[in-house]
Amino acid sequence: MDRALLIISTLCFFLAMVRTSVAIKGRSYRSAGFNFSAIALGFVFQTAFLSVRGHSLGRCPLTNLFEVFIFLAWSVSLIYLLIGTAYRLSPMGAFTAPFVFALQAFALLAPIDVPHPRVASPSPWLEMHASVSLIAYGAFALACVAGLMYLVQERQLKSRQINSMFYHFPPLTDLFASLTRLLWLGFVLLTLGIMAGFFTGQPLPYMKVAWSLGVWVFYAAILLARHLGTTAPRSIAVLCVVAFSAALTLLWGITFLSQAPSL
Amino acid sequence: MNLFCVGVSHHTANVETRERFVGHAAIDRILREDAGCTEALLLTTCNRVEVYAASEAPVPTARIARCLLAKGMVAEDDEMEAFYRHEGQQCVQHLFRVASGLDSMVIGETEILGQAKKAYAAARESGAAGPFLHRLFQRAFRVAKQVRTRTGITRGAVSVGSVAADLAEQIFGHFERRKVLLLGAGEASERTARALVKRGVRDIRVANRSVDRAQALSALVGGCAVPIEEWETHCREVDILISSTAGRTPIVTRQNLAPLLRDRLDRPLFIIDIAVPRDVARDVNELEGVFLYDIDSLQSIAQQSLALRRQQIAAGEEIIAGHVHDFSGWFVAARERMLNPAGLNEPSLRASES
Repeated sequence: MDRALLIISTLCFFLAMVRTSVAIKGRSYRSAGFNFSAIALGFVFQTAFLSVRGHSLGRCPLTNLFEVFIFLAWSVSLIYLLIGTAYRLSPMGAFTAPFVFALQAFALLAPIDVPHPRVASPSPWLEMHASVSLIAYGAFALACVAGLMYLVQERQLKSRQINSMFYHFPPLTDLFASLTRLLWLGFVLLTLGIMAGFFTGQPLPYMKVAWSLGVWVFYAAILLARHLGTTAPRSIAVLCVVAFSAALTLLWGITFLSQAPSL
Repeated sequence: MNLFCVGVSHHTANVETRERFVGHAAIDRILREDAGCTEALLLTTCNRVEVYAASEAPVPTARIARCLLAKGMVAEDDEMEAFYRHEGQQCVQHLFRVASGLDSMVIGETEILGQAKKAYAAARESGAAGPFLHRLFQRAFRVAKQVRTRTGITRGAVSVGSVAADLAEQIFGHFERRKVLLLGAGEASERTARALVKRGVRDIRVANRSVDRAQALSALVGGCAVPIEEWETHCREVDILISSTAGRTPIVTRQNLAPLLRDRLDRPLFIIDIAVPRDVARDVNELEGVFLYDIDSLQSIAQQSLALRRQQIAAGEEIIAGHVHDFSGWFVAARERMLNPAGLNEPSLRASES
């Protein structure tokens, strides 16, 4: 039942992705409204999935890699819907939908939905640590998307090869401002998530702590470089993409190697 | 009742011919009283002179053309050849294409819609536009709006000035707090500066060898004149640099620009080089945060936009075809109701064309 909800949600993101691809191929990019609706619908089904899964587990659904991926996809959609409207970044759907689709399709196809033997209700601090950290990752994912969009726009401007998507993307300076806001949002949430991890009352997994702090330091360094004005916006955008790719890999590694029932 | 259109346009006549047939103040009355039209509307723009009319009996093209000439003028034979005529459904289709900008010299331009609205308002005021033209033009305005919103026919800038302004908008978003430096005060930089002022730029500095010209241009665009020797100082502060001096060698080079950019790494600099020969060395574009566009690259984007607009014509034609069919149905029914209340069959609008 819960997987059916997730399949419908994945199809919504798939539709948004296909529609955008067709529009880009036809060189008439006019799918921002459709994208927003499809992502909103996909988000509703994601929420329904997480809710059903949470009720059946009796806890926050973050017990295996499958649920971690879906929670991350849900965070990305949530922040897209909130930030997208507020900062006029709806064309981010052009990149957000394929990203969420890839996450969910991988989660559905890979044999990673393995029920965890421990069913006891975890500490609320542990649940807060895991969920807030994942929402932080959602913000970093969108910062990565904004970074990619910045790089695409910058490349087009530099090479003077302007395609039909160009005029539908947000202006370069707005993209950079949004990227900075998303970085701050993710950084604050990650800080809160890491802090919550210290109150779980359980022995600290040192590998996880080291990796989490590594990600935190990386993003702190990017923010510092951004505000000192010593690094060009293009380099900040590249760093956002690199940082998130590294963080995603580490997230996978942490979840795989960790002996704990959740993040 | 016949619905038809007679006219000349940039497709069929040069500007001299079009000028001779611009009509005159009493044209509405002449078309109805002398030419025999029941309803008539004159649409004149710099690219076309067209009469849209409804009449009980056929009105020859030559008679309409004569009405369009000023008194005492005679139409030459070759001028008459420039006139085209569309009847019934073809007339409806032609107007829908014209109003949507599909028949314009610059495909997708929107000025024509405003001109058609003005022509319709004038004909309505003088009583020259009756129920048929009223319905026809109202539908044309609707069609034009649909074509504009559902296709990409109006997308992309097609002139150098507006391409530059569009690119600047895609870099900076809003213009209110943006600063612009004009290096050289030629006509081309004036046009580009005007396009930027139109979009909200308030801070324009003009540096030119001739101080008088700098002052004159700055007065025109609401900016201030600055000594040309100080251009580097101003360059540190501005977001957009428009260059169009008459110099033989580049003024802005990588060597003199790089130090100016050191303390503004997070602020892009958009350089528009309209000068020929160019004022800005090509390798300046390689500097971080600098976007350099010369006249060729701007023109190439304008051409690209035009090509994209042309690709949208088919989608526009499809929308128009639906409306033409719809309007034809209404026209036949209305004509029957008006002319044949007893219910006798009238030849249809579509049949009348065959």
